[in-house]
Amino acid sequence: MITAGVDIGSRTAKALIFKDNEILSFGIIPTGADSIKTAQNVMGIALKKAGLYFSDTEYIVSTGYGRVLVPFAKKNITEISCHAKGAHWFFPKVRTVLDLGGQDCKAIRCKEKGQVANFVMNDKCAAGTGRFMEVMAKTLDLSLNDVGKLSLKTVKGPCSISSICAVFAKSEVLALLRRGENKNDILAGLCEAFADRIFNLLSMVGIEREFVISGGIAKNIGLVRRLEVRVGLSANIPFEPQIVGALGAAIFAKELSNR
Amino acid sequence: MNHKENIGVYDLTFAISGGVDVGSLTTKAVLLKDHEVLSYSVIPSSEKSEVISKKAIDETLKKADLCINDVQYIVSTGAGRKEVPFANESITTPLAVSAGALQIFPTARTVIDIGAENCVVVTCDEMGQVTNFIMHDKCAAGTGSFLETMAESLEVGLEDMGKLSLKSRNKINISSMCTVFAESEVIGYVHMGTNKVDIISGIHDAVSFRVLGMLNRIRFKKDLVMVGGVAKNIGVVSSLRNMIGLDILVPENPQIVGALGAAIFACNSAKDVCE
Repeated sequence: MITAGVDIGSRTAKALIFKDNEILSFGIIPTGADSIKTAQNVMGIALKKAGLYFSDTEYIVSTGYGRVLVPFAKKNITEISCHAKGAHWFFPKVRTVLDLGGQDCKAIRCKEKGQVANFVMNDKCAAGTGRFMEVMAKTLDLSLNDVGKLSLKTVKGPCSISSICAVFAKSEVLALLRRGENKNDILAGLCEAFADRIFNLLSMVGIEREFVISGGIAKNIGLVRRLEVRVGLSANIPFEPQIVGALGAAIFAKELSNR
Repeated sequence: MNHKENIGVYDLTFAISGGVDVGSLTTKAVLLKDHEVLSYSVIPSSEKSEVISKKAIDETLKKADLCINDVQYIVSTGAGRKEVPFANESITTPLAVSAGALQIFPTARTVIDIGAENCVVVTCDEMGQVTNFIMHDKCAAGTGSFLETMAESLEVGLEDMGKLSLKSRNKINISSMCTVFAESEVIGYVHMGTNKVDIISGIHDAVSFRVLGMLNRIRFKKDLVMVGGVAKNIGVVSSLRNMIGLDILVPENPQIVGALGAAIFACNSAKDVCE
């Protein structure tokens, strides 16, 4: 049986094709202004990679912030449930999932089978989301992909960043640059501040082994290392952390189709 | 040098006092002779507080044709108030803005101060005593930084926003509180071809809405006064007026009210020291 999950996030859209408990293919594209078109495009990419047609899929579930805008989905399920489900598929012993998205961040506590026990979410403020790092990378004139690696190569240790707000932190970064501080030290300071913020969120749901990080920001190794120090557990990260929500949706699709 | 030592030499009727308000974006200084403003200046906070506060007071002294030795007492306020080496004393922002606002509008009971990186709401009684205050300085929402960010993305002058917004006939609604997210919304509206004046009007509502939340948390009374750099924006003032359904008084020069309040404290302290 072939099912699919489509996750329309605020920054990227993901689609994943699932067959008999295995990932056949997936696609990741930036979310455009038109969510419906984005959903069709990303689904098309995933299908093409698997060498399948749309008619080959039995059930499609959508998730993410644009989940109601996927016309071909039979059902939509919240990203909280999908992330817990997807993380459970990758790591069956998972109890805590941290999803670091482009414009939000969620800490989810889950039960034995990947059901959600509790969660907290920040989508009101850019601090602690991908947007924060995006703004900082732009301010420092660096690629977002390099932020993590560079932040681990400090010269004098992390600079102190006192603001939570992305706008104020940006002003702090500009002041540090004017003072001639090293970019890596500034990045290290930003990752420390970011990790503090996320750790507070995690503490609100309680952290239990195993600990999984999903979402695009899980690719930031500087942040992951600093979070591991605070949490006191090593983080499990899927080979592609951005597809966890879409995977969860595809698994739900399979379960729904079996009913 | 310690100015306190010199106080006895002067006749009190000619007492000159100074107030310096070191803000995150601008530094303001005011000189008073008794309670009359002699001169004032507003300069960008482009250097360390120690340096910039000296520059501000020097410029203000020059305008009044005075030197630092002529000033009996100086009080500092604002975010950088502790780093003003020549100040005899420092007071907090709520104290300074309420004293300054009461000097201009004796009927003031609630003072809203919106600066570049903070927003303070202060209530005071008939005697001018501060009864309560709320300070918000953790995030750019509801501050001048929010407006500045939006002015940049819209490519309009910060000073022009107020006037432009008054032309709006069909204002938009901004749903995000966060400046970064609201900026994305604004850019989205620009791409959709929305009239800029309608976007600006929505931006002003977003600032007022944040301030309204603070006002609702404090028991505020008439008359309301708005001070700080953002009070120069007529769009924000009228938006808040509409939201609360009450008039809001705005001084001619809202930016220097904190420094004025500090100078009034200095004036009173100078008298106390002499008596």
